[in-house]
Amino acid sequence: MEFWVNQTFNGISYAALLFLLGGGLTLIFGVMKIVNIAHGSFYLVGGYLGVALFAATGNFYLALVGSALAVAAGGVVLERVFLRAVEGDDLRQMLLTMGIALFVQDACLLVWGGDPFSLRGPAYFAQSVKLGGFTFPILRLFMIAAAGVLFVVLWWFEEKTRAGAMVRAAIDNAEMTEALGINVPILKMAVFGLGAFLAGVAGVVGSAFMGIYPGLDFEILPYAFVVVIVGGMGSLSGAFVAALVLGLLDNFGKALFPEISYFTLFAPMAIVLAFRPTGLFGRA
Amino acid sequence: MDVAATRAPMRLVTGLAVALAILAGLAPVLPSYVVILMTEGLIYAIAAASLDLLLGFAGLPSLGHSAFFAVGAYTTAILVTRHQASFGAALAASVALAAIVSAAIALLVLRATGIYFMMITLAVALCAWGLAYRWVSLTGGDTGIVGIPRPRVPWVGLASGTLSFYYTVLALFVGCLALYLLLIWSPFGKTLVGIRDSESRMRVLGYNVFLHKAVALVIAGAFAGLAGSLYAYYNGFVGPSTVDLAHSMQFVLMVIVGGPGTLVGPLIGAFAITFLEKMVSVFTERWVMVLAAAYVVTALWAPRGMLGLLRAAR
Repeated sequence: MEFWVNQTFNGISYAALLFLLGGGLTLIFGVMKIVNIAHGSFYLVGGYLGVALFAATGNFYLALVGSALAVAAGGVVLERVFLRAVEGDDLRQMLLTMGIALFVQDACLLVWGGDPFSLRGPAYFAQSVKLGGFTFPILRLFMIAAAGVLFVVLWWFEEKTRAGAMVRAAIDNAEMTEALGINVPILKMAVFGLGAFLAGVAGVVGSAFMGIYPGLDFEILPYAFVVVIVGGMGSLSGAFVAALVLGLLDNFGKALFPEISYFTLFAPMAIVLAFRPTGLFGRA
Repeated sequence: MDVAATRAPMRLVTGLAVALAILAGLAPVLPSYVVILMTEGLIYAIAAASLDLLLGFAGLPSLGHSAFFAVGAYTTAILVTRHQASFGAALAASVALAAIVSAAIALLVLRATGIYFMMITLAVALCAWGLAYRWVSLTGGDTGIVGIPRPRVPWVGLASGTLSFYYTVLALFVGCLALYLLLIWSPFGKTLVGIRDSESRMRVLGYNVFLHKAVALVIAGAFAGLAGSLYAYYNGFVGPSTVDLAHSMQFVLMVIVGGPGTLVGPLIGAFAITFLEKMVSVFTERWVMVLAAAYVVTALWAPRGMLGLLRAAR
């Protein structure tokens, strides 16, 4: 019993991280239709900045927001200066994000060196809550809460606000949306910034959860992409469900079949692609 | 058929023959580290040209080509180190397994097109990296598989010397190149180009688009498996880095730097990137920065590659 409760809880808290990561990527894909290889770089920079800001200010929440905003600003600049220049050509945009990802990887190595960092966060992150005989670490509870709140806010934004309707319109048909007089270029820039913001949040939370080190940007990318593909490319709710499924599968996979646990990432994707090529919540 | 169209293949074959003669003739007088680099360039050229069949000719922008390269490399590494397989057997098994895996992957990825196809093939390559990394009992995990000896080639004996291994790879390269040329000049190759240019038109004309794409993926996967097998012999070591993101993208970069859809371009691209890496590494530790710049410059200013630039300059 304790095993199942603990593993489920761990799986859900891991899913929270996956949602922050994949949610941003799916938003960016939905509106911009690009393969954003630099998404892992947003995570990496977010994590390193979070560690630095926390060391400087001692305030975790300040570090979280400050770092995520900085990453978002970086994303906006990236979109304006580089991606805009090659708009409409999938391969060129992909090559650009790859170049940027390599640049960021090497730059981070130059600035922060090869040693791993960990963000300790406020003292109560190390404590845990006891409930009905089970213990729940506060850091993990915080991760779940942060992902949950962000999902609800983003869902409300996308489904209930005017700007969200514009985003949905741009996901379905950017050309037609533009013809209706909506400023799609600005929309794309904003969504790219928002996606980068979410990845930055994931980076800060992730560095408190499992540390941050060179190469992590490419290591977490498989998870981000599989969340997006399983959920349905461009669907926020899809990313949420896919993150939950993959977080739980990954956690139980690691606990029960450590040897082939990576199949828990590949297998769900293969199954979804075989039976529902557009993903769980995707629309063709 | 007009005169220019019949003359172009002749010029191409003459050009390639001259280039191959130079590659074969120069090797004995060059320093051995250059010959080693040329061997690596040839291996990558086989892989890059096979990706060009997909990316340039069939219009299938696969970002997961390293997965099949890795299947070939790991198959050879495992068979040679654990089962003492011969060169021919390891090569054949690598090609066959890579073809089988790419047939299975083709069924999964071919329902998607364009940007969706790119996303999914990239995810497949990323998962392949994860498997190489975590499936420790099969792949050796992070430490990989070490100590792959140079192959024993029929009529040559042990190709342990730099030159004999180089000529072995060169011979296989010539064979691959001949097959590539036959393929792109065949009705099958012309059909792929037709599908690239307009899928709906080819479908209306009665072509089985799905089957053509699937066969193209299998053929390209088999050639990538062959290149991977040679890479295992060349490198003596196979690890997760064979299939990591940087390696996957490097094939795409080689194709585009040279010129997609030209076959010759990717060969040049493979040599250019291979030599660039080694030369830059002599002067600076920041090879990754230079590589990053290569991606950005290619994306911004040379999307049709060097051959595209040449054509535009004319």
